Amino acid sequence: MRALARTAAAAATALALLLTGCAGDGEDGADGKIRIRFQSLAWQKESVDINKQLVKEWNASHPGVEVQYVQGSWDSVHDQLLTSFEGGEAPDVIHDASDDLADFAYGGYLADLRTLLPDRLTGDIPAQSWQTATFDGGVYGVPFLQEPRVLIANTKILKESGVRIPTPGKPWSWPEFRQVTKELTGKGRYGIAWPLKEPVSVTLNLGLSAGGQLFHRGADGKVTVEMGEGDHVVPGTIHDQVNTDHSAARTALGMGGGDTLPGLFGGKYAMVPLGFSYRQQVVEQAPKGFEWTVLPAPAGSEGLAQGVSPQTLSVAEDSPHKKEAVAFIDFLLRPANMVRLAKGDWMLPTGTAALADPSLHTADLGWATGAALATALRPAPAQSVRGYPEWKDKVATPALQEYYSGAIDADELRKRLVEDGNRVLARYQR
Amino acid sequence: MSLRTSRPVRAGQYLALLCYLVFLAFPFLWLISTAFKPAPELGSLHPTWIPENPTLDNFRQAFDEQPLLRAAANSLIAALSAGVIAVLIATPMAYVMARHRSRLSTAATGWVVVSQAFPFVLLIIPLFLVLKNLHLINTLWGLIMVYVVWALPFALWMLVGYVRAVPPELEEAAAVDGAGRLRTLVSVTAPLLAPGIVATALFAFITAWNEFFFALVLLKTPEKQTLPVVLTHFLGAEGASDLGPLAAAAFLATLPSLVLFAVIQRRITGGMLAGAVKS
Repeated sequence: MRALARTAAAAATALALLLTGCAGDGEDGADGKIRIRFQSLAWQKESVDINKQLVKEWNASHPGVEVQYVQGSWDSVHDQLLTSFEGGEAPDVIHDASDDLADFAYGGYLADLRTLLPDRLTGDIPAQSWQTATFDGGVYGVPFLQEPRVLIANTKILKESGVRIPTPGKPWSWPEFRQVTKELTGKGRYGIAWPLKEPVSVTLNLGLSAGGQLFHRGADGKVTVEMGEGDHVVPGTIHDQVNTDHSAARTALGMGGGDTLPGLFGGKYAMVPLGFSYRQQVVEQAPKGFEWTVLPAPAGSEGLAQGVSPQTLSVAEDSPHKKEAVAFIDFLLRPANMVRLAKGDWMLPTGTAALADPSLHTADLGWATGAALATALRPAPAQSVRGYPEWKDKVATPALQEYYSGAIDADELRKRLVEDGNRVLARYQR
Repeated sequence: MSLRTSRPVRAGQYLALLCYLVFLAFPFLWLISTAFKPAPELGSLHPTWIPENPTLDNFRQAFDEQPLLRAAANSLIAALSAGVIAVLIATPMAYVMARHRSRLSTAATGWVVVSQAFPFVLLIIPLFLVLKNLHLINTLWGLIMVYVVWALPFALWMLVGYVRAVPPELEEAAAVDGAGRLRTLVSVTAPLLAPGIVATALFAFITAWNEFFFALVLLKTPEKQTLPVVLTHFLGAEGASDLGPLAAAAFLATLPSLVLFAVIQRRITGGMLAGAVKS
């Protein structure tokens, strides 16, 4: 028993020792230095290194304002930020994506940056990018990185098939694209694999090229769902590729983007539509000798237009150092720095000066194709519509999944997206 | 009624058991396989169970990219503390609830069961505000406090079972021999409860070791983050991930739980079943 008591005492002492130094950090120091916290969601080594390097450079050149780098995660950022906002403990500078900002902006958690932003930054980023972070007339984030959806294709299969290779100047139309995927199909190979685990954003974003709009704001400011002719082009093409032509792999419908890469490398799929940044995974995972190319997504009546939700930098409304936080954002997004961030994430910068950088216009790794698409990128439809997340999760996702797999027809899809969808939106707009 | 089963039935039972084991083990075995595969094999259309060119690169990259050792140390401090403190609080409570049966102890047991029904998303914001007022946000102390509270109901429930399994007659015999209350507790009850206490502490340890959401929300600075939080740094937007290093880091993070669980699983079952059958 004495041994037990001794063990307990030793454990208690060890615990006390281990816990020494567990206390939290102070905010601004007694040295008069302002301290701001920057929560970054960068996750790939290159990108994390660049972010940390930029923070280091800022701290070296701004002795009065120290930035502390905090690592966040895309996987859980919304819940984590919501709790931090509610508790008044949010980071000062917040990295997120524009489609995640609406709730925080309407909830009053983010600072309206209109009067804080320097003219250089305001003028450098195009209006369509600013729109992605504008809610009720206020600007709640600085959009800085974006990625179009492109077709990553097996070069050898394309060349052997003899199909016309599209360029940003002369892309495939949607009907031509459907025909090409038919020609690429055969011998156990599919022309394309659509990874549609999250079918809504792909459908809506690519739908812009064909004039799809789906969400319409009335004169009273209320938003309703309507399905016009343009809204049918993209879902109709995918549906027919899977169910009529059998040129798109049915099994890929439930996959995430990265899941389709083995099929691309193994010659099972000739092309896969993926975000521009997936090129990094292709470079890392492709077997030796695999030749690949980046092609623009098909064009419709609106050309190469497609929706994007850029990555953003915001400032917490509760931050006592908004001016310094915005100054840091301005530093981070200087053209040269924006290029470094873009290359680290394999994405495109929103800033016009950064986008003009020659290193983003080389044919190597498809950079030039992506850069040529930048002017056609628009705010993702509906991201500022209240009730959109519920419409997406409860109505659109299951409806589109069933439609693409052939379980329901176009009429039923329209009925669900429009009629059921409007009932959901109405609850948010009373 | 005979409990003997025929050979075909027994063979079927073992086959079903084998299928179940394979089903349970599959994700873990795949994790191990992935952790040792080089990047090109991760993108292979025909993946193999055994890596063709096994490599430790994923482990090197995982340690290079994220502060895994520091995070593991934080997890260890939080989990160890939670385990010890939970047991220190739960043991006397369990003893009272098991030995002094009254309406109050029945109500307390009921409350313990009910408290398990609350989803943590419901608790996190109030909890965050409470800890903020106590200046315990972004401290391991705060996290440990939450883990103790979180583990306490189940720990209590487990310990009550263990205490009930200790025959009260032993304590009565000690009293007859002249031992005082404290002496009886220290010399008779405590040694018999020791295996149960260890099992309960390990249960609290494993719960805290694996916990993600509280740690994510309550700890702000990278120096304090625990292992499950750091693991999510290998995940990108829209389901993208750094698969090789993620698998390597996840494999290492699973090992302590796996080893500890292997050690305590029989005791946990024993604790749950304690007192179930009258002897």
